[in-house]
Amino acid sequence: MKRNVAIIGGGQTYHAARRHDVNQIEMVNEAVRAALADARMTIDEIDTVLVGNMEFFEGTHMTDCWLVDGTGAYGKPGLKITTGGTVGATIVCAGAHHVASGLFDKVLCIGFEKQEEGDTGAILSAVAHPLYGRSMAGAAVGYFAMMGTSYMAAWGAREEHSAMVAVKARQNARKNKYAHLKLDITVEDVLNSRMLAYPIRMLDMCPASNGACAMILTDEKTAVDRCRKPIWIRAMDTAHNEQFELDWRDVTTRKPIFSKVSAGRLYKRLGVEQPSEYFDVFEIYEPATWAELVWYEDLGLCRPGEGFMLIEEHKTEMDGPIPVNPSGGVLSTNCIGASAMLRVWEAALQIRGDAGEHQVPRDVRRALATAYGGTNWTVLTALSSKKDD
Amino acid sequence: MSERFAIVGVAQTRFSPKRADVNYAEMAYEVIAKVLSDTGLTIERDIDNAVSCSHDIWDGQTISDIGITDVIGGHLRNEEKMAMDGSTAVYYAAIGILSGEFDCTLVLAHTKMSQTNRNIVNNTAFDPIYTRMLGLDFTSAAALQAKRYMHCRNVTERQVAKVVVKNLSNAIHNPVAHKTGRHTIAAVLDAPFVAAPLRALDIAPDADGAVALVMASEKRAKTITACPVWILGLGACYDAPYLGDRDLSECLALEKAADRAYRMAGITDPAREVDVIELGDEFSYQELLWLEGLGICGRGEAGHLIDSGSIAIDGDLPVNPSGGLLSGVPINVSGLNRVAEAVLQLRGEAEGHQVKNPKIAVAQGHSGFCGQHQCVIVLGRE
Repeated sequence: MKRNVAIIGGGQTYHAARRHDVNQIEMVNEAVRAALADARMTIDEIDTVLVGNMEFFEGTHMTDCWLVDGTGAYGKPGLKITTGGTVGATIVCAGAHHVASGLFDKVLCIGFEKQEEGDTGAILSAVAHPLYGRSMAGAAVGYFAMMGTSYMAAWGAREEHSAMVAVKARQNARKNKYAHLKLDITVEDVLNSRMLAYPIRMLDMCPASNGACAMILTDEKTAVDRCRKPIWIRAMDTAHNEQFELDWRDVTTRKPIFSKVSAGRLYKRLGVEQPSEYFDVFEIYEPATWAELVWYEDLGLCRPGEGFMLIEEHKTEMDGPIPVNPSGGVLSTNCIGASAMLRVWEAALQIRGDAGEHQVPRDVRRALATAYGGTNWTVLTALSSKKDD
Repeated sequence: MSERFAIVGVAQTRFSPKRADVNYAEMAYEVIAKVLSDTGLTIERDIDNAVSCSHDIWDGQTISDIGITDVIGGHLRNEEKMAMDGSTAVYYAAIGILSGEFDCTLVLAHTKMSQTNRNIVNNTAFDPIYTRMLGLDFTSAAALQAKRYMHCRNVTERQVAKVVVKNLSNAIHNPVAHKTGRHTIAAVLDAPFVAAPLRALDIAPDADGAVALVMASEKRAKTITACPVWILGLGACYDAPYLGDRDLSECLALEKAADRAYRMAGITDPAREVDVIELGDEFSYQELLWLEGLGICGRGEAGHLIDSGSIAIDGDLPVNPSGGLLSGVPINVSGLNRVAEAVLQLRGEAEGHQVKNPKIAVAQGHSGFCGQHQCVIVLGRE
């Protein structure tokens, strides 16, 4: 990128299954105000406003246009992007490009979803191709059920391993005041929860949350002038698998898969040889427990087929050597349009040392955030406390 | 802006009321294949970014760029869907190139309006609490804007009808237009009301179609084509969402977007410096209102412009020589079609609707009802 890009502030709403206290405008505004306060900035200083949201989930067309009073975009340039679960990170990427282009110095990025206003399962089933896929679509649960059975069959993992991921996420979430599912649960609780589609049980899946996240990205000069500890966006990478790659749920596939391809490119760009050492904390997008184990492997935190051993050995706990999702992750909070941005923002908070109770107990210099959506799509974001390392 | 960038190729489908022979991915592939073959580029070797433009709600698929990931080259690579008008897709693709991240970007807009019902889709753009139940859609909202504008600026029904006569007759010579015709002012004013003061011919008809173009940095552009069309300026802006919060006869968002684009392009007197304009005449009166917003004339003077003949295809400043949206361009695609038509004019490739030797063109697109979000792109031959 032609100019360095820094995150100088951010904010999020409280996340919950019901937010009857706010409409969409008010909910988005809650995050925007928090971000502006965090950056010690007023809306008048913002040059452009970018919105990420999947409008089917709320049933309102052109949410960016309706929400102008909440986003602060009145009289300002801006645009909306919709790329599914990845959109929160895509908006950060768009924000980074806006700053790097030299046309804008201070960019407000917003991601949100108010899922209670629509039917999440039906809308996710409409992701599938109308002719070839929709009649057998099982929304996200069906997809991750296939991933889970494939993972167990191929690598010899057991349901207990996915349950350990579920427990880690919800126990971490108990330390995150904004999280949706703060559950004091055990592996037994997970294994006893209602079966949705084998092997996915209720506690293996993310919730349908309402919430928003906002971040302020700036050029280097503004960042240095205005921010005590700017967090630098070092690199981003986007990759998709197209919809007819039908063996995508096979964890042993030898075909190029979005996550590995994207991580490979990002690591090459940054010169990362050992990702588990290069990055000090990971915030990954895991809509279901099994996805977290697959991410460990695809990101190269362990070898293929060994992801479940990492969780078994507690390596990815908040105080482990490779902390993954100290925030509680998507398993604890999933407001789709905001989820991928929350990963980036939580990663930035860890580097800043401002994550509060869920701050990992180590010196955090670099962090990696992932996004997950579409038919196997991702956007990876590498953050650092230094602009050139 | 230190570095230049250009549009190096465009392709458009013929617009038609219903393309039952293709799904939206196949329709997109038509224009992608054509623009790649025209420019001699391949996705694998040359294209490093893709921006698509459409809306889930029009496509009937959640995350509808899933439907075009393969044909646009998004498999294992970059693609982002801009859910606005197609002009904003150009704006966003341009920012990607200026950021230094990308060299050569494929931009696509596609929509099949025949798949659904525009009134229902557009009704859901109104807030679910206060205005959606009133049954408002883009047409009824536009009718309010038309009344307000015509009242405040003393614009007559005849002047608005002249826009329809001009654009539909311009479209006769445009090979991709689907609605054309030589109408008299009387015939336009005889058409039945849809939402007063808007009559049947005042409203852009439904259409199916797609447009693709390729944008490249200066260095790349010069290796691809001998006649790149340079993007000289761009601007975008949001207005307020609630109709009652706006004076609908004014265009705050367009004025701000245009001001930004002109400043970037170094244009101080657009009426003199611009040679051709392609703008978003989703409704006939909007051509006049947007000309005021674009600063081509003062407030209330657009009626005189159409009377004087200066915005006719053979006038001093032709507006919508292609026939504009009134000749049938799908929503969402419309802004990219404006930019593509501006490129064809600057390259002298507009066939029967070519205007004389243009050097600077302006393309304008808008999203939302009554032009709430505006985008302006200034293009030039030099």
